[in-house]
Amino acid sequence: MASLDDLKKRIASVKSTQKITKAMKMVAAAKLRRAQESAERGRPYSEKMNNIILNLSNGISSKENAPKLLSGTGENKVHLCVVMTSDRGLCGGFNSNIIKKAKSYFSKILNEGKQLKIITVGSKGNDQLKRVYGDKIIENISFKESKNANYFDADKVGRIIIEKFEAGEFDICTIFYNQFKNVITQLPQAQQIIPLNNKEDHNNSDESYEFEPDEDEILSNLLPKNISTQIFKAMLENSASEQGSRMSAMDNATRNAGEMVDKLTIEYNRSRQAAITKELIEIISGAESL
Amino acid sequence: MSEEFKIEIVNPEKSFLVKEDVIEVVVPAFEGEMGILKDHISIISFLKPGIIKVFSKSGEENYYVEDGIIEFKNNNLSILTSTIISVTDLDKSKQGDLLKKAEAEASKSEISDQAKYLADQKVEVLRSIN
Repeated sequence: MASLDDLKKRIASVKSTQKITKAMKMVAAAKLRRAQESAERGRPYSEKMNNIILNLSNGISSKENAPKLLSGTGENKVHLCVVMTSDRGLCGGFNSNIIKKAKSYFSKILNEGKQLKIITVGSKGNDQLKRVYGDKIIENISFKESKNANYFDADKVGRIIIEKFEAGEFDICTIFYNQFKNVITQLPQAQQIIPLNNKEDHNNSDESYEFEPDEDEILSNLLPKNISTQIFKAMLENSASEQGSRMSAMDNATRNAGEMVDKLTIEYNRSRQAAITKELIEIISGAESL
Repeated sequence: MSEEFKIEIVNPEKSFLVKEDVIEVVVPAFEGEMGILKDHISIISFLKPGIIKVFSKSGEENYYVEDGIIEFKNNNLSILTSTIISVTDLDKSKQGDLLKKAEAEASKSEISDQAKYLADQKVEVLRSIN
């Protein structure tokens, strides 16, 4: 059994850990509110963008001449996966959920005999993936310096992806991120961004638009922007999810630390009493033997 | 009443401006300036660097944009842009910064004709604001 001194030290150390986790929870809660707000404010833009593209692709004259970003290269050999994770740890299952989702997708692709390329955004994802898929990772992007998700960073990632697409380095691009549902639930998502798959029914709008300049030119201008927009949306959702996940993880940790302190305190008091009792017995039996 | 329509300007971070009582909007469309009044035909177009002028009952407002897409449909004008600044907020130092950036971009030699054209536009527009 641990001595009284040891127990005392352990209680002190658990208490100070609890203080840290409590502080982290508060910080995460404050950041979460901001991240959630900006995620909500960013939604109209990506929704509008989607709408316009949908209307455009309905109006486009010939499917054969459609830009490759919309219709794809017609092949399905090389997959590019963009795995978006956080730069910091201690946020519960946030990163491992994305990684799990991504890994199951990777093995599906590899089993089908297709080629796989990976871009990681955020250092935590890179750390976890490089052990198994190290040779597949072609780029690692990290935005440690920027405090909040901003469009400029998303645009950078978007440009890299488009550059690689135009160089013919891949056929299909999928991004992995966590969608923010609420503080306790974040849904890992796999979203295909190249080619854009329009599952929505095509005949919902029979409105005819006037285009200036023509459809093809607008589309080829718009699609790269849409990629950046989708990535930005993923980044916003991710940062809200990260804070939410961290908040609930730290809440749990604080509670567990509290339970541990209680248990250790009981143990401490018991052994203190045992020591006193032992001393008393020794005194009494000593007195009796006289 | 009958001559008003709705405008919504959004950038990636937020909904920048929503106005219900707009009478006329002049946008710097890619093929030239375009004025939009109520009951304009449905149109999609994109913008080059320039000034968006919004005329409403409460007066005229000017915004500087670097790029964007506009969609007009059912008397709803949506403008999506990544960079938008109200001209009244654009003080000398900010303007100077943007101008310097645009000039640096325009003076690069390896950029495509279209990029060069857009950068030149930026310079021109920024110089014209006072």
